[in-house]
Parts: sequence; C-alpha cells; structure tokens
Amino acid sequence: MPDISPETYVKVAKKGIANPVLQKALAGLQDRFGRGTAEAYRRLPEGPELRFKAHDIREKAIAHLDALLEILAAKIRANGGVVYFAQTAKEAVNYCITVARQNNVHRVVKGKSMVTEEIGLNPALQAAGIEPVETDLGEYIIQLAGEKPSHIIAPAVHKNRHDIADLFVKKTGIRRTTDPSELTQAARKALREKFLSADMGTSGVNIACAETGHITTVSNEGNIRMATTLPRIHIAFMGMERIVARLDEYEILLRLLCRGAAAQTMATYVSYISGPRRPGESDGPDEFHLVILDNGRSRILADPQFKEILYCIRCAACLNVCPVYGKIGGHAYGFAYSGPVGAVVTPLLTGINRAKDLCLGETLCGACMDACPVAIDLPRLLLALREKLAYGDENWQVKPASRMEGLAYKAWSYLIGHRYIYERFLKMAGVGQKLFPRSGTMIRRLPPPLAGWTQSRNFQPLAKETFIEGWRNKKAISNTP
Amino acid sequence: MHRLPIMEFFPKAMDKKPKVTLFIQCLVDAVWPQVAEAMVRVLQKLGLSLECPTDQTCCGQPAYNSGYRREACIAAKRFIEIFEGSEIIVSPSGSCVHMVRHHYPELFCDNPAWRQRAQRIAARIYEFTEFLVDVLGVEDVGAHFNGRITYHDSCQLLRGIGVKDQPRRLLRHVAGAEFVEMKNSDYCCGFGGSFAVKYPDISAAMVNDKVDHIIHSGARAVIGCDTGCLLNIAGAVSRRSLSIQTLHIAQLLAKDYL
Repeated sequence: MPDISPETYVKVAKKGIANPVLQKALAGLQDRFGRGTAEAYRRLPEGPELRFKAHDIREKAIAHLDALLEILAAKIRANGGVVYFAQTAKEAVNYCITVARQNNVHRVVKGKSMVTEEIGLNPALQAAGIEPVETDLGEYIIQLAGEKPSHIIAPAVHKNRHDIADLFVKKTGIRRTTDPSELTQAARKALREKFLSADMGTSGVNIACAETGHITTVSNEGNIRMATTLPRIHIAFMGMERIVARLDEYEILLRLLCRGAAAQTMATYVSYISGPRRPGESDGPDEFHLVILDNGRSRILADPQFKEILYCIRCAACLNVCPVYGKIGGHAYGFAYSGPVGAVVTPLLTGINRAKDLCLGETLCGACMDACPVAIDLPRLLLALREKLAYGDENWQVKPASRMEGLAYKAWSYLIGHRYIYERFLKMAGVGQKLFPRSGTMIRRLPPPLAGWTQSRNFQPLAKETFIEGWRNKKAISNTP
Repeated sequence: MHRLPIMEFFPKAMDKKPKVTLFIQCLVDAVWPQVAEAMVRVLQKLGLSLECPTDQTCCGQPAYNSGYRREACIAAKRFIEIFEGSEIIVSPSGSCVHMVRHHYPELFCDNPAWRQRAQRIAARIYEFTEFLVDVLGVEDVGAHFNGRITYHDSCQLLRGIGVKDQPRRLLRHVAGAEFVEMKNSDYCCGFGGSFAVKYPDISAAMVNDKVDHIIHSGARAVIGCDTGCLLNIAGAVSRRSLSIQTLHIAQLLAKDYL
C-alpha cells in the first residue's frame, strides 16, 4: 500500500521552507507556469470564460458518470480491450500483478501517472518481483532517488541539476556533468534499453471520451507513447471521474488541460487509444487493459457538497499559483496529490481527521479557483471540510477537531451579539495587553494561543478606544459634514 | 463641492445626497480605528452624510472561515437586523464585504426568508474604494503624499469582489506620489485569519516574501484596503525594523499619516 502521511504537514512544510533549493525552484515554477497559464487562458479564442463552460461539461459528466463509463467500457471491449473496474487500490494493483504474472512479465515501463502513485503500484510490483521503471524524466529521477513526486506534473521540481548530477553519478555510473542536455541524454540512453526490454507498459489517463470510446494520454517527452506501444501489454489506470460524454466536450477539456498544466497551446504528444493493435497494424500492444478505479470516489460522488472535486483533471494549475504550495512544496501534503487539490482530495480519500492540517493550513486566498481550467471552487470545498472538522460528521466519520475551539466560537458568538459586553471584553484585553513585552508601540510577544502571531511578527495592540465608542461619544467625529 | 455622478445616475433619489451607513470591520474598530476615522473624513469631504450603527460588532467572517457556520449564522442574522434599513453600506474592508455580499446569501441557502433579507443587504454594500470609484465616480480626492508607494491586493477584495483597478486609480491621483507595482502584488500575504496563528511558519514565510517584494519596489509606503493583511504586513515590517509605512488607503486619501 502507498505511504500516506498527511499528519506530518506542519513538520515537512517547515523543512521545505528552510530548504533554499526548493524555495528557488518553487518561485521559478510559479513565475513561469502560474503567470503563463493565466496568459494562456486570456489568449483562448473563447477567452478565460471557457473555464466555466468546462465546469458545466464536467458537472454533466459526473452527473452521468455511471452511464458514460458503461459506454466507454463497451466500446473498448468491442475493440478487443479488457476493462476492469477496481473498487479499491488493492484490487487495481492485484489486477496488474495478475496480468503481469499470466504473461511472464519481468519489467514494466511506466508513463507518468498520479493514480498509480495513489494506489502504490511501484512498491507492489517490486514486492511481486517485477521491476517498475518510471520513464518520465522527472519521475525517473525521483525513482532513482527513492523519493516521492513533489508536484503533479513536475515531480522532481525540488531537485536542481547539481542534485541530479550527483544522483546520476551514484546510481548510473555516468561521468559527472551538470549540463541539463547531457543529463537528459544519459537518462534517455538508460531508458531506451528499458523500453526495448519491457514486457508491459502502464500509463494513466488524462481524459477519456465516451462517445468515441478512447482514452487520451498527454506528454511532452514522448515516453508515454513508447511505454504504451512498444511492450506487448498496455495497462492504463484511470480514476473513474476522468471522462466526458462527447468529442466536442473532450476537445475543450484537452485544450484547457494543456494550458493549465504547462501554459501550452497543445502538448507535444497526445495519444488516442481505444484498444490493442488490430490485425494488419504494425504498432501497438497485443493486449490493452483499462483499469477504472474507484478507491473512495463513489463516496465523494454521493456527497453533493464534495462531488465538485471530481471535476478535477489533475493539471496542477492550482499548485502553480498557490502561495502556500509555493512555500512548502509538495511533500508536505503527504500523498500523491499536493497543493490545493491535494488539500481537498487527500482528506476525502484518506480521512478528514488525519488530514486536518491539509484542510486548515491554507488562507482561502482563491488563487487556485482562478487558475483552475474547470473553475472548481476549491475555497468552498476547503470550507466544507473545515465545517466537518468544526462540528464532526457521522457520514464521513469525522470527530470535532478541537472541543476548545468549538467552545471559544460559542463564546465569541455570544460576545458579538452584545455590543456592551463585547466592549467590556475589549477593555479588559486592553488592560491585559500591558503585560506583554513591546518594541516601541508594538507587542513583541503574545502568550498561547496567539503566540504563533508573534513568532515572527509584532502585534499592533488594541486601541485605547474603539471607533464605535468614539463615534458614540461624539468626541472624535461630528456626524454632520 | 463638485456634483457627484451618482446624483445624475439616480436623479430622484439623489435630490438629497445619499445617506451612507458605515460598517466598520471589527479589526478596524478595535485595533486600528484611525482607518475608520480617515474614511469618515474622506466621505464627509465628498459631502456625504454618514450614520454608524453603534451596536454593530463583527460580520462573522472569522467563524465562517474556520468552518463554524452556525456561529457565523448568528453573526449574519444580527448584522442583517442592524443594517437592513440602510440605503448604502460602506466598509473599509474587502473581505467583510465579500462575506456579506457572497457568503451571507449562501449561509441561508435553505432558509428562503433569511436568504431574501441577506440578498437585499448584499446588493447595497460596498467596499470603500469600490464605492468611491464605481458608485460616486470619484478618483481624485485631493490627497497628496511625497514619495514612492506600492499596493498590495488583498485576496478577498481582488478575487472575492473583483476590486483591482479602483484602488489603483485612486492611488494614481495622489499628488506627489509615484505609484509602482511590486512583484506578485496579488499573492496572499499569509494572513488568512487564524491561519497566521495556527500555521506560523508557513504564514511567516509568506509575509516575509511579501515584505521582500515591497522592499524591492523601493516604496516608502505600502497601501492596502484590508486591515487584516495590513496588520500582518505591518507586524513583519516592524519585526524586521524597516522604515516602510503600512497604510490603509483611507489613511493615505485623508492624509492621515506621519
């Protein structure tokens, strides 16, 4: 099973903030892709408004998901493909291992896929004595380093070329170079051998289309096309939500996906796959399997508050603008999905209580929603998760995160209901604040639970008199102009 | 006093000048009352008559953002009762206006009577710069400032209620001030209400980036429209012993600064 550790959010975030290589990489990533994506949306013939149309398309697809998946499965089967519906991560992984064993597979070349991260395919294959080889350059680096991806589409963003040079020397025995094209050539050479000797290729699915019965993979390195056509068997893994009804809708999503992911008009390689190689064709696998994964998605689908997160097409545009992700990096989120989408999906897939810091550790700034190619209201979803943590929820087996905080907000709701008492409370706090050390007029240190504020900031003390008091007393201001 | 465009827009209703009801954000009220005083001076200079309900407290945003919807509802109902009779409500805080305009109607999604009352209020509330520029049509209030200034876009103001140009127009008309954009002016400063207290490391990293961008802009003063962000930025500026001024736009426009 995959490692899931959203509990360590705060600790790993702190490490990320202290890592200068990561800080530089994240700033560069957001400068380039965050701004670039906004510009790419503006240059769309339909304008950025197309995102709202895409939202409607996704909403409709999710509302008819059962029917669309049946249509897709029937068409793929008619083309000679095999479709397997996996309820759980374990079922998906076991299916892959069974197919591999039946076909005497020793090596699997993988196209980049976050769903296979989610289900923990690599460790499971290794445990079964099968060698998984990541063929996306970033994923290859991460695999060599024995790490986890820290970004949905730029998995090795936390490593610079010096780290990669050291890694390649250690793991592949090449002469040390920090030249990116030489490093890429070294990886390419190693990967070509793997491609040619692999018995099975795996991929994710960027978008599937029910009308045509095809899946699509998108890449910029060409590795996915090789992984899905060279080996005898291709298994594609797809989250059950990644489908649209019609080809014209699919086309809109594909264009938005490329813009959201890498500020591109179109990715370099876009493959349409609807089954194995047909008689008379020269390229393609003998067998094509599509694994459609639930793994907790049905539960999300059944909740009207949360089903909107199933509209996500995992492009990572939200990571590229999120000011929190931009400081802490992807590893803090403790699961395959990071950034704003991770902060919503991970709690829903792995448990809201254990991932509570993911729900609470954002500022609700809304940059993610503006960057999202399908205009998902991520702040609303975070608020809905926070509500579960505030009051608890039986359906999601959530316990209130903090009884103390719950009591504090009850007391607060009483205070703000009574201006007179509210003012007396402020007066008392005004007296109390005299106890705290100051620099000039500012308070330098506050006690818990406010100590976090003064950890790296000073605090503006309460005024002697509130504005309302002043107004009431007609001292400060006259009501007549 | 020049004739305000709003009077041409609503000639009948504006025979007498519009009566503006002040909604003072709780942070402004308790921590930084100078901001509200400055706003009052600017609005009075424009010839508006003002009223200020003295039983107002908080719009409920802190509870709402922490997931405590029931408590936020209590605050919202009280706010609606207090402000329901007002013609035009003006507030020196974008996030509070976003709360009332967008979250109140949503809070009462299964309570049609309250929802209707919330929607009526939502249609009559304005953020200060939005009110000046969009409603009154005023961009020059006769302010001056010597030196370079830059502007921080508060998240709820920018993305919640779409106020981006209005404060910039006002700043460009401040005599003597050189307005420059800082890098990533639209990035969150790391305030986020209780986020700043619960996740101090992340929040500090964010506000320190913000302060670095302010420093690189070369500005003497950073201007904003939301006191939450400004307290965060001012706190970091003060901790780093910098001489940059952190001002609410009302203070700049009312010349209420050192």
